Amino acid sequence: MAVFKKLVRSAEGAHVPHYKNTENCETVKMPVPKRVFVSMSQHIGAPAKACVKKGDVVAVGDVIGTAGGFISAPVHSPVSGKVFGLDEIRLSNGKVQVVVIDTDGQQTVSEKVKAPEVTDHASFVQAIKDSGLVGLGGAGFPTGVKLDPQNLDEVDTLVINAAECEPFITADYREMMECGEDVVEGAKLVKQYLNLSKVIIGIEANKPQAIAKMTELTKGLEGFVVSTLPSVYPQGAEKVLIEQTTGKEVPKGALPAAVGCIVMNVASVGFVARYMKTGMPLVTKRVTVDGDAVAEAKNVEVVIGTPIKDIIEFCGGYSQEAGKIISGGPMMGQALTGDDIPVVKQNNAFLVFGKEKATLPDATACIRCARCVSACPMGLAPVEIALSLEVKDVEELKVLHTDLCMECGSCSFVCPAKRPVAQTMKEAKDFLRKAGN
Amino acid sequence: MKLLVSSAPHITGKDSTASLMRDLIIAMVPAMAASVFFFGVQTLILTAVSVLACVAFEYLYEKMLKKPITVGDLSAAVTGILLAFNCPPTLPLWTVVVGAFFAIIIVKQLFGGLGYNFANPAIVARIILGLGYTGLMTSWTFPATVSGDAVASATPLAVYAAGGTVNYLDMFVGSTGGVLGETSALALLLGFVYLVVRKVISPTIPVTYVATVAVLAVVLGVDPVVYVLGGGLLLGAIFMATDYVTSPYTEKGKIIFGIGLGVITVMIRRFGSMTEGVSYAILLMNLVVPYINKATRQKPLGAPKAVKEAK
Repeated sequence: MAVFKKLVRSAEGAHVPHYKNTENCETVKMPVPKRVFVSMSQHIGAPAKACVKKGDVVAVGDVIGTAGGFISAPVHSPVSGKVFGLDEIRLSNGKVQVVVIDTDGQQTVSEKVKAPEVTDHASFVQAIKDSGLVGLGGAGFPTGVKLDPQNLDEVDTLVINAAECEPFITADYREMMECGEDVVEGAKLVKQYLNLSKVIIGIEANKPQAIAKMTELTKGLEGFVVSTLPSVYPQGAEKVLIEQTTGKEVPKGALPAAVGCIVMNVASVGFVARYMKTGMPLVTKRVTVDGDAVAEAKNVEVVIGTPIKDIIEFCGGYSQEAGKIISGGPMMGQALTGDDIPVVKQNNAFLVFGKEKATLPDATACIRCARCVSACPMGLAPVEIALSLEVKDVEELKVLHTDLCMECGSCSFVCPAKRPVAQTMKEAKDFLRKAGN
Repeated sequence: MKLLVSSAPHITGKDSTASLMRDLIIAMVPAMAASVFFFGVQTLILTAVSVLACVAFEYLYEKMLKKPITVGDLSAAVTGILLAFNCPPTLPLWTVVVGAFFAIIIVKQLFGGLGYNFANPAIVARIILGLGYTGLMTSWTFPATVSGDAVASATPLAVYAAGGTVNYLDMFVGSTGGVLGETSALALLLGFVYLVVRKVISPTIPVTYVATVAVLAVVLGVDPVVYVLGGGLLLGAIFMATDYVTSPYTEKGKIIFGIGLGVITVMIRRFGSMTEGVSYAILLMNLVVPYINKATRQKPLGAPKAVKEAK
């Protein structure tokens, strides 16, 4: 009963505006820039180890960084050209090593690029690891590791995350509209090699065309289901998506595999099919460029390592002075320090806001309206967590399950006092961690 | 290039504290209009003085203590209207200023301002005025009744408690004696619908509160219609018990809060020496909100089932 469920956990989420301005913008391929900066840390886990040096000639698809550990991913050259050198730059995930390559504009494909031979689960996982694929939804978890869970025989469901619940972003939508066949093919491969029985494609109700298309493409396929999700942020959050599509709750501290699920972003699934066909590793990415300070909003396919300013230039440049550049969506995306930062694999959007949109209203006193409590998709009580953090009550913060917060930003969005609640939640989590919990 | 680097999210919803308070004020307009209609323009003057006094006290206090001025959030104005709504139409204007002082300075500001008051400022002010100026606070004027029945000599609840008969239609429309905001159930319900539609309040507290009163009235053999329409119940349930600061966070908590309010109200009315019980019920339940909050937390997604706090 919905009413009783609401009493356990209201989890209303946030009714964010959609702003899907670019949903009908077919992806355009951006010409290769003169110089690319390829980060060795484009994933969660150990950074890749650069295996090229200044002066090396590279072709598209050549390995330029090898996986630096079990949870890691290799990095391939997105361009053909000559290595200008190795450098260190500061990205949002800290200081990282980048391989700087001067492009020759030829985009010569490496001879090493050929379709992998896959016969079983082990060779499938190896191929995915070699492809450099990481979770393209934004988290960047190495997919090869994800597809090799310890309890593989207990996993029976692939949940494809096509919710795209962040405002503005339409990159995943375009993946379905332009490459829907790849998505289905990729899902079939994952289903086959992981011996799964079910594939659920979760799409938010605000994308009726994608729902229709995926339903059409999966017609008659055994075990395939297209699940229409309510158009309320954040349906794309992994645990929320699993509960919404399968009714299962991922226990605190556990992975989706604990409830028999593997969750993959829709663009990742599409890539799997293309890689198995061509052997071309992950070297390009579709990103949505939008915001009121960019001249033409677009969906652009760019080579990894392209500086953001080149992409903005490709989109007609700045239409007004930029006040904020966000990598990702406006709810969870990161505000960047400059426009010289290069694209990494898991980027899916760049939003450029003018001065006015960049500034949020000042925070006022908390009125204890508990909208944050009703909104929190995890069922947490941000208002209580904020109070407990104020008095540094470690025990209470634990009782309140502070560490379950996934920083989706719903609490800040709904707060009528305009308080940075999500930021406070993050501080509370950091405080708990430092306190040894 | 100078970019603003701030923590996500980078967009925020439309509602603000001021917009919520503005909606509350709009929702009180029907009741305000009803009071002018039934009691005359003096109710408008009383309300204006109350609002001005509340806003002025807040402004002066914050100015003196060099705090940020918060009268723009309209919460003091809401308190002002609610305070006036809790006064009889004939109350001398200076009395409502005394009430405003208690509401804003003592209950709200001394406890830290908006968000920190332990009880609803207007409720406490009403109780203090009721204790300090009992005569002034219980001298009623009586509008011409819609039903044309004989003019009553007290509020419907008092008439009923004394064994008299009351007219349902008069109570519903508001042509009865009482404090200026409470008499017209119709006007209050209009405000309620507005607040629920605009999602300013959750209907849980008013509904459980009123339902509990009605059920208990039936159980105890008193007229539930009189108990629901004849006093300050609707005003309290819709506009005072739903005050964010002093009501529980979760739906579960709100249900318990509403039931508690209903039980206390009926107990006071039925077994106490007073005919009215809404203000005390709200004050008493305000005080236990922190405990209700602790006892009615939600179960987070994936969290183990309600683990008792390890002690």
